[in-house]
Amino acid sequence: MSANALKDLKAVLPKAVYEMVAEALPEKISEARAKEFAQKVAAEYKEMSVEPGESVGLVAAESIGEPGTQMTLDTFHFAGVSEMNVTMGLPRIIEILDGRKNLTTPMMEIYLKKPHSEGEDIKKVALLVKETKLKDIALEFSINVAEGKVEVQLDGSKMRELGITDTVLEKALKFAAKGVGVDIKGDTAVLKLKSKEGGVSDVFRLKEKVKDAFVRGIRGVSQVLPVRKNNEYVILTFGSNLKKVLQLPFVDETRTTTNDVFEIEDTLGVEAARQAIIDEVFKVIETQGLNVDIRHLMLVADVMCADGKVKGITRYGVVRDKASVLARASFETPIKHIINASLYGDIDKLTSVVENVMLNQPVPVGTGLPKLISKSK
Amino acid sequence: MADVYLSGKFVGTVEDGEAFANSMKEERRRGALSENVNVYYASRGDEVHIEAAKGRLRRPLVVVRDGRPMLTSEHVERLGRNELKWSDLVKQGVVEYLDAGEEENALVAFFEEELTPQHTHLELTPLTMFGLVTSLVPYANFNSAQKVNTGSKNQKQAIGFYASNYFIRMDMDVNLLHNPQMPVVKSIMHDISEYAKHPAGQNLVVAVMSYKGYNMEDAIIINRGSIDRGMGRGSYYRPMIAEELRYSGGLVDEVCIPAKDVKGYKSEKDYKFLEEDGIIYPEAQVREGDVVIGKTSPPRFLSSMEQYSLSAETRRESSVSMKHGEEGIIDFVLITENSEGNKLVQVKIRDQRIPEVGDKFSSRHGQKGVVGLIVQESDMPFTASGIRPDLIFSPHSIPTRMTMAHLIELIAGKTGALAGRPVDGTVFDSEPEERIRKELLSLGFRDNGLETVYNGETGEQFQVAIFVGDMYYLRLKHMVANKIHSRARGPIQLLTRQPTEGRAKEGGLRLGEMEKDTFVAHGASMLLKERFDSDRTIVPVCEQCGMVAIYDEYKRRSYCQVCGESNISFIEVSYAFKLILDEFKSLMLYPQLKLKTKY
Repeated sequence: MSANALKDLKAVLPKAVYEMVAEALPEKISEARAKEFAQKVAAEYKEMSVEPGESVGLVAAESIGEPGTQMTLDTFHFAGVSEMNVTMGLPRIIEILDGRKNLTTPMMEIYLKKPHSEGEDIKKVALLVKETKLKDIALEFSINVAEGKVEVQLDGSKMRELGITDTVLEKALKFAAKGVGVDIKGDTAVLKLKSKEGGVSDVFRLKEKVKDAFVRGIRGVSQVLPVRKNNEYVILTFGSNLKKVLQLPFVDETRTTTNDVFEIEDTLGVEAARQAIIDEVFKVIETQGLNVDIRHLMLVADVMCADGKVKGITRYGVVRDKASVLARASFETPIKHIINASLYGDIDKLTSVVENVMLNQPVPVGTGLPKLISKSK
Repeated sequence: MADVYLSGKFVGTVEDGEAFANSMKEERRRGALSENVNVYYASRGDEVHIEAAKGRLRRPLVVVRDGRPMLTSEHVERLGRNELKWSDLVKQGVVEYLDAGEEENALVAFFEEELTPQHTHLELTPLTMFGLVTSLVPYANFNSAQKVNTGSKNQKQAIGFYASNYFIRMDMDVNLLHNPQMPVVKSIMHDISEYAKHPAGQNLVVAVMSYKGYNMEDAIIINRGSIDRGMGRGSYYRPMIAEELRYSGGLVDEVCIPAKDVKGYKSEKDYKFLEEDGIIYPEAQVREGDVVIGKTSPPRFLSSMEQYSLSAETRRESSVSMKHGEEGIIDFVLITENSEGNKLVQVKIRDQRIPEVGDKFSSRHGQKGVVGLIVQESDMPFTASGIRPDLIFSPHSIPTRMTMAHLIELIAGKTGALAGRPVDGTVFDSEPEERIRKELLSLGFRDNGLETVYNGETGEQFQVAIFVGDMYYLRLKHMVANKIHSRARGPIQLLTRQPTEGRAKEGGLRLGEMEKDTFVAHGASMLLKERFDSDRTIVPVCEQCGMVAIYDEYKRRSYCQVCGESNISFIEVSYAFKLILDEFKSLMLYPQLKLKTKY
């Protein structure tokens, strides 16, 4: 009924905002009232939008950069878990915005499906996620050069605790060391080189190789920590592997996240990566007790993801794609850019801010934007 | 078996390290070993270290034996009668110097009453924990430690009577206080160091109150009448030096009045103070630009043409003259020669420095501040007894700094000034506040230092009593006259045509990268362009090849030197951009300008 009145509004507002407004509209409302309402909303929306010529990028940069100077405390420690601290503060923001592939502290937050989220077998489930290597469940490694074999003294109680059976172990060891005979008897696992001419170095190499043999869990997840969060159990991990974790049957794949933007991009796409950038930066700023409008972060994330893949704000990322030679040269490694520009005969159209400052021309923002147009005869 | 190390080097072993170390110490006290040797036994690792290297930090302590100090009242008496000297006490083993290592073996008592049989040493006085300048802070034990530290730093910057032969010295950049005083509230260190011979401050009447907001943020208000009577007045001395340097080819500088044909000749007016020898006369009043020492140098490059030419070689002007914003009176002139036998002329300039708004003052408690306002004496608030303060100090400077000694000094100074006696404010050993207050009461003043004060402008009584007292204030060497700087137009750099940098070169204040960003963020595009117009140039550009063309002033015609084209347009760019184009060309790059109509 009131849909008619909101028709104009639909053309003005973005879809998500429009839907929110339409939902908020009461059921029983007169046509005239609805129209009046729509006009008011449209006017408000127009009022709030950015004016042409506003330097949004620079304002965003200043709005994030200035509070950045006040940030302190770059790590955050988990009580009780050694070596499990999270990079926070300025180093973390730099890490995200630079688009670094290798994070200093990759972390996941794994939400669980029903029985486990209420605490059932939570410890067991957590250990299923954790990467277990042979050395984690072994007491002693000894080598027998004469017979060309490696004997591993297994920690039976630990294996039981982790729920690793002999068959699982055998399979894992056979996968890790190919061409080696595996024989598990009680608490000893014997690995024997099949080829007869096994020298000392071969046996030794086998021992070193088998130490790091992957037994069970998710690769890359080195620590797990089940915690209670808002009346449900969540597993925090140190180390991240989103793709593999989402395949686990007991994981709630709708809410499980990682702090690695690139993993999100790989598994869920750029749109999700964009949101991850916003969330991760906002989280840092929030914990520092600073107040930055989220729209500045959205703009930065948009710039980083505009090409369909995540790019850092570095000379290898966003800056490389700038059209202006002078603008690129003014930001790190000027010689490289000038040499390349001269080789290819680049043309700088002087359309952006930095170039015009260099030439002392009016910059095309704010009052420098409007131009006088006259008819030529 | 304990290892023995001599100055860090292993020399051997002994059976019982501790006993060995102790016997070494006894030998030293007996005089068999040098008093400069320190021994200590490190029970951890069972090592004996004997230190005799120079440069160790050591401090004196009284030796204690069986809970009794070796220093007796007899020693003190004989010291007083000058029969004994400090070095005698050291020789007798009554007092010894410990280094950082030997201190580890010692148990030191602060006061004699605390002594037990375990103690090995007794502190001479708590004052030994402070340095010379810090000991000059009165009642320092009532201050926060950090302010005691800044207080002693401030004293090092105070202007005073730094040397009694100042008038024949050629010190660089020194100040002299005209009427220095000995502080009323002093410490024992003032006597020991003979502070009266080189005082560095004055006793001022200080009122603690706000005054129209002119003393907020640590500023102070000063009484014009006090300044006229000479408070804080000082002189600033600076030498100017000229040398007759020798160059290759037997050429030499010459101190003289430059002839008019000298390259770079200023004007006759600038040389007016010079006497026949080319040097200024004492007591001449010089201002900026005036030449102090006239000098000419030989031409910089002797070209082969000039060598054989008949015309006389043109010498360069290289006089020493007063810099921008400088003025003063010539104090004295010294003509001598340097170590290479060249003639050396030094001229000392004196400038009277009367306190002005912006000059820095401080008490001895790190309470520094700049003059915020100078008030006519008639407008200054006055007490019931008619006293007008020299200085008004803001009460807001007290709570966060916790400088209690500042307040105690005010009362102590007031009492001392009224009673006509110095007050002892030695750290940990000062005259107690209660006694001073009682004395102040007996002198007919309120014991808490408060006074009824009247508004100097209206004559009305203030609603509250004001804390007024007397304390020692220091004028610090940071003066606006040495720092004030402004520029509208001025010198530019040769290469970039941008303004020079720094006060000495009359430079501009740079509007930097981040400041630029704020203009952009406001969208103030045209204002930004105007700000950066300092190196604006108009350049002719060839429309054909895009290179910078030339304008022939004589023929009133512009053309391109590269392609001969005469279709030239003039564009306005920053000179720095024109410069980078030239640099590109020197790198064999071809930066082409493609012009387009702006509108």
